[in-house]
Amino acid sequence: MPITRSAPKRDADNTPYWDGAARGELRLQRCAACGVARFYPRLLCPECWSDSVGWFTASGDGTVYSYSVVHRAPSANFADAVPYVVALIDLDEGPRMLSNVEADDPEAVQIGDRVRVRFERVDENSAIPVFVKVAA
Amino acid sequence: MSLRNKCAIVGVGQSRIGKVPDRTGMALAADAAKAALDDAGLTPADIDGVLAGYTFTEPYLMLSSVMCEYLGLQPTYSASIMVGGGSAGFMLHHAMHAIVTGAATNVLIVMGENRRTGQTSDDAIAAISKIGHPYYEHPYGAPMPGLYGLVARRHMHEYGTTYEHLAAVSVNTRYHASLNPSAQMRELITVEDVLNSRMISDPFRMLNCCLISDAGGAMIVTSAERAKDLRSAPVYVRGIGEMHTHEHVSMARNLTETGAGRSSEIAYAMAGVGPEDIDYASLYDCFSIVPIMELEELGFVKPGEGGDFFLGGHARLGGQLPVNTHGGMLSHAHAGGAGGLFDITEAALQVRGECGERQVEGAQVALAHVEGGILSAHCTVVVSNTE
Repeated sequence: MPITRSAPKRDADNTPYWDGAARGELRLQRCAACGVARFYPRLLCPECWSDSVGWFTASGDGTVYSYSVVHRAPSANFADAVPYVVALIDLDEGPRMLSNVEADDPEAVQIGDRVRVRFERVDENSAIPVFVKVAA
Repeated sequence: MSLRNKCAIVGVGQSRIGKVPDRTGMALAADAAKAALDDAGLTPADIDGVLAGYTFTEPYLMLSSVMCEYLGLQPTYSASIMVGGGSAGFMLHHAMHAIVTGAATNVLIVMGENRRTGQTSDDAIAAISKIGHPYYEHPYGAPMPGLYGLVARRHMHEYGTTYEHLAAVSVNTRYHASLNPSAQMRELITVEDVLNSRMISDPFRMLNCCLISDAGGAMIVTSAERAKDLRSAPVYVRGIGEMHTHEHVSMARNLTETGAGRSSEIAYAMAGVGPEDIDYASLYDCFSIVPIMELEELGFVKPGEGGDFFLGGHARLGGQLPVNTHGGMLSHAHAGGAGGLFDITEAALQVRGECGERQVEGAQVALAHVEGGILSAHCTVVVSNTE
């Protein structure tokens, strides 16, 4: 059974991120002063506190840094989807994000697996980035 | 100015623990406060500082003010402090600053929640999972055990830590709880019992996860000088240190090197001791990977050796370093801020020599390490029965 996700909350920090996701693009911020890419979107660079920032479209490729297979969901809208994989993904551009890795066999997901983003449509204005394993 | 030996814990108290349906969260806190006051031989009029925490089960916004109101106290120093389950450590640090600067004389640190009977299990699990980021983590359905599961899986990957290691922590803690009349779960368990319990979030099974309890806990802090005149034996705070690195697990720069290393360095330096001087350790144990990592980061063992320390029985009463003689959060109680508070009060009771069957013989210097969030905020406390 699929996960029932609610629409993401857009705010002044993250609207370009969610707008990008709705178009099928993983949009990230990069500090214009020190060059470090960051996630999640925010006003100041956490490395140098510059407020000068640019947005770019990430490749959507990454590597599993760690994972957990969830058997007991935190709330009803995830209950029918167990077991499912929650993972930390190190994006090729540097930042790390938490997401799901979709897999027919959740037990087959491993640290170091290469994954690629897929955008799961939530409603007509929104999509959520999740990841799928790519063949080695 | 160093805080070394400037303050002492002079009263500790707890409510009944487990399922306590005849008590609200506030009443559990009140039971604990009264017990702590009696322990210190103080009266309500002596309390001029009150630090409270937070509650998931009762809808109070200004909890410290509500706590004072409920207890009929009108202190000149008070605040609510929310740094997750380890809040008590940070509250102790704040209390010490207030005492040495003269802002308060006798500070009551008190927390209580009816997490077991004041809400359903589903509500409890949903509430605690809100520790995840509301916009960037919640959409993925990561429950609290899953967030810590990410940490455990990485530790297993880097160091070869096993399911048996994780189970050994739960078994060790339950053995200690069996010696503690106030612990919620006292029936002995085996490694096999843990490995056969229901999978929650891999690698954690049910018996690798902390309890959900009704519990209140309290302690009273005063100056080292005034402590000498009170009813209980003073427990001097020799050292205390904090480290804050992130809140959300996805923002941790490294999942196997947390702020525990730095917070303990600060506490050891202030106390003038090292890990080899510690007779007893309370190590925050919301999930059974955490004490393994804390043993390593606090310098008791080398990185990667924490699991073997538990599996080899070295953390057991009578072993090299007894850990969590009260039964920790895995077997004694976890009710939010009060859960971490018991780590500190157990360290205090150990150096007072009042732990009965679970007493570490001759314990003079004890350590408590608590954390909040997903290994986000750390506090290490070193206490002793001598200055």
